[in-house]
Amino acid sequence: MTLLEVNDLTVKFYTPDGVVRAVDGLSYQIERGEKFGIVGESGAGKSVSALSLLRLIEEPGQIESGEILLDGEDLLEMSDSEIRQVRGNRIAMVFQDAQTALNPVYTVGEQIAEAIRHHLDYSDREAKERTIELLDTVGIPDAETRYSDYPHEFSGGMQQRVVIAMALSCDPDLLIADEPTTALDVMTEAKILEELESLSEEFDTAIQLITHDLGVIAELCDRVVVMYAGRPVEKAPIEDLFYDPKHPYTVGLMASIPRIGTGVDRLKTIPGTMPDLIEVPSGCSFHPRCPYAEEACTRTDPALVDPATGAKAGPDDDRGASCLEYTGDLTQGLSFDVSVETQRPEEPLPGEQNE
Amino acid sequence: MSTQRGRITITGFDADAVENRDELSEWSDDKQTEIESRWRMVVREIIRDRLALIGGSIVLLMLFVAIFSKSIEIAGVTVQPISITPYDPGETLVADPHAAPSLTHPMGTDRIGRDMLSRVMVGTRFSVTIGLVVTTLAGTFGVIYGGISGYFGGKVDALLMRLVDMVFAFPGLVLAIVIVTMLGRGYWQLVVAFAATGWATYARLIRGEILKVKQNEYVLAAKALGGRDRRVLFRHVVPNAIAPVIVQATLSIGTVVIGVAALGFLGIGFTGSTAEWGTMINAERSTIVSAGGTWDTWWVTVFPGAMLFVFVMAMNMIGDAVNDALDAQGGEDLDAAGGGG
Amino acid sequence: MSLRRFIAQRILVSIPVLLGVSIITFGLVHLAPGDVVDIIIGLDPNATPADRIRLRNELGLDRPIYIQYIDWLTDALQGDFGRVYTMGPDAGDYIASRWPETVLLGLFGWTFALLIAIPTGIYAAVRKGKLGDDVSRFVALFGISIPNFWLGLMLLAIFAVQLNFWSASVPQKPLLSREMLWWLLLPGITIGTAASANLMRIMRTSMVEEMNKEYVTAARAKGLSERTVILKHVLRNSLISVVTVAAFLTAGIVAGSVVVETVFGWPGLGKLFIDAAVAQEINLILAITLFTGVAIVLANLVADILYALLDPRIRDEY
Repeated sequence: MTLLEVNDLTVKFYTPDGVVRAVDGLSYQIERGEKFGIVGESGAGKSVSALSLLRLIEEPGQIESGEILLDGEDLLEMSDSEIRQVRGNRIAMVFQDAQTALNPVYTVGEQIAEAIRHHLDYSDREAKERTIELLDTVGIPDAETRYSDYPHEFSGGMQQRVVIAMALSCDPDLLIADEPTTALDVMTEAKILEELESLSEEFDTAIQLITHDLGVIAELCDRVVVMYAGRPVEKAPIEDLFYDPKHPYTVGLMASIPRIGTGVDRLKTIPGTMPDLIEVPSGCSFHPRCPYAEEACTRTDPALVDPATGAKAGPDDDRGASCLEYTGDLTQGLSFDVSVETQRPEEPLPGEQNE
Repeated sequence: MSTQRGRITITGFDADAVENRDELSEWSDDKQTEIESRWRMVVREIIRDRLALIGGSIVLLMLFVAIFSKSIEIAGVTVQPISITPYDPGETLVADPHAAPSLTHPMGTDRIGRDMLSRVMVGTRFSVTIGLVVTTLAGTFGVIYGGISGYFGGKVDALLMRLVDMVFAFPGLVLAIVIVTMLGRGYWQLVVAFAATGWATYARLIRGEILKVKQNEYVLAAKALGGRDRRVLFRHVVPNAIAPVIVQATLSIGTVVIGVAALGFLGIGFTGSTAEWGTMINAERSTIVSAGGTWDTWWVTVFPGAMLFVFVMAMNMIGDAVNDALDAQGGEDLDAAGGGG
Repeated sequence: MSLRRFIAQRILVSIPVLLGVSIITFGLVHLAPGDVVDIIIGLDPNATPADRIRLRNELGLDRPIYIQYIDWLTDALQGDFGRVYTMGPDAGDYIASRWPETVLLGLFGWTFALLIAIPTGIYAAVRKGKLGDDVSRFVALFGISIPNFWLGLMLLAIFAVQLNFWSASVPQKPLLSREMLWWLLLPGITIGTAASANLMRIMRTSMVEEMNKEYVTAARAKGLSERTVILKHVLRNSLISVVTVAAFLTAGIVAGSVVVETVFGWPGLGKLFIDAAVAQEINLILAITLFTGVAIVLANLVADILYALLDPRIRDEY
């Protein structure tokens, strides 16, 4: 049985300015030990979807519809005390800004140990021992003394590791990492990603990685879903996403990645900005920014379909893209091209680092 | 999908084509940028707050009464001839002393037969004006002082703020009493007393704002714009600081008014027969503190005190509303352009 | 750094402030157009100009003001505050005999304020936007706006005079006796009301601010109960800002005692202060004002220390 199955999740925020459709009909699955990525620009609803898994959506937000099945049980139907059993225990979250995610007035050790005591019913001493072990595992040197240190006494990268340790403390089945490396420099980022990968292998923990950074996705994930304006626009296994993208937004994202050594003057971007989620464009929400948009795109909101068959993509399907091209409704088609330069193993390409 | 692996290049995603073509649908980017000017939103919030409206009306009403209760003469010239008090506030024995409230005397009479309603109405003059005068003086001085301290920073700042710290070491009322004792009783003495203790809060407030801006914008300004830091400071400090200063001012008016009335009550404010609310209560204290008696003549102490209470509460409602409206805008920069941050 | 060093450092910093407090007090009193000699001489109808000069010399009023200040300060540090002309013995004695009354009243006011404000503030924050919150805020508005002397008078009038639950005058019993403590409830409530209202608002604001922070979501994400999240995580952070404000309220309570003691006839320093002001007894006024300043500086010191105890980040900033 799949570990996590999200079916048709819709989350709305009722603000004085209007109703914000933060997440609209999101469906995906994660298997045990799998590393799943959710990609999108800021404001695309990625974090909201993560918070929904733990039912941490507060006023004025509401989970309108959908199911979230963890090992078959619907989290949205659970009582308050049941969901608290899930939080931190079976699903845990690594927050984006480690500094603000840690309570400044309690020691780092205490913040990890309290979850252990709460969920696993360890004694104080046992919880402390386990915490020190965890701190060690995530790569914090001198773990025993560092146990009694306060968050502000750690560097950014170390704080992030603490937050990871906090999440792993009760051996969760699923780890949600919300932009875990965005606040970090590149070197630390690489280390943290490595850390996450090895921890996932070691503890057989599934990871749902949320990020806007395609590079991070490429490093870590097995499968990906791309979100735009609260909706899923493409889902694919990682290699397929990069070498055979189907949705124009994905293509645009990849086209905007700057390349070192190509001698281009201007950075390419996707023109325009993400719409605010109160007034979403008619039809396909991407049409104002899509180079291949046609009249049909303003009228029909494309469903997520299997690009090969054009049939609606269910949660089991590996690939999906929500573009009218794949239901045969576009007249001019998508005129992009993906070319691959094979890399000769001995010669590094200009500008690329030696690993 | 290509079976090759290596460096990926995407071609054919033409951003320019998007920019140059005609709009496909009604939806446009511009729709989103119509963010209402923050200031307008603040004002709208304030007006929406019912308590603020009530407070505002009460204050306006009292202001009206203050002006029109009795005629005003400046240097022999009658500036304001209208007098809406039913009786002369100083005239004694217009009815029996300590007469209970009735149709002719809605607030009763005091111990020497003066009409309470008239006296209470005139009392607005003292309280309302002193509140405004003191706050304006203290606020102006404090803002300038704090501005200088914050702008120059360094040793100047440290020294000036030390003085502020020391003023804060005393309760305002205590200092005010000392000053009044030294200077004597009367309107302007009271103004000096309360202004001299009130300015410190504003000084601290403004200096705090300047420091905040210095921490953020200064770095930006120094790097990007060279020597333009003075303009940047001014441009960012003034709009940001106005708001807390206004909130502080409205809340302070209440404190000052109560303070003045307290001194009147203690017998060291205005002279004994002045129709100031606190002094009036003091004059009638014996109606309560007569040991073993019952509280018959409640109106002579309840009405003046209630007036104080209502006025201060009204000012606080307004201050609260402004405060809430500002909070609702979050901690974001209200900058001079009036637009978004 | 260690807590001990922090405390020592704060104490050190307080000393110049205390000095400054004494200078201001002294300066204020001597800045006025009034003259001590006039005040004293005014009591004696037979005084001649020669007497004035003699008295001036005696009191050392012809010396430069900073010498007068140093004299006064050195005397004061030894407990000698000078003579009180109209009211009897030394100023110092007066203070010594009266300060317990004021401190007791202050404590009452404080306790009342804290007991009401903190739970109400927490409650209002948790119920933000709902009826409970609105009611609490309105009640707080009441508390801040009501003039304390009027509140005291009304309480006296209703409960003591009209309903006879309390005696209208101070019981002649030992300070800590049950009758006295019961009697102090009325003045205590009067003093505490304004402080309590202020504190409650600060508590609420502080809690609301904290509850929006990410560590709260993180704590919830760990599966902790809402009660733990609020009372363990949020409260400790909120108390930090509340503590500083609470110290400021000492000033308010001191000012309040000046008025409230007079209303109720409570023989403490506050009432003494007013009596001194009316009689223009400079030495006494000086002494009490200084006392007030010192008390508040001490209160701020305590607040600083508490702050450091609660927030580990502060200790490291120094």
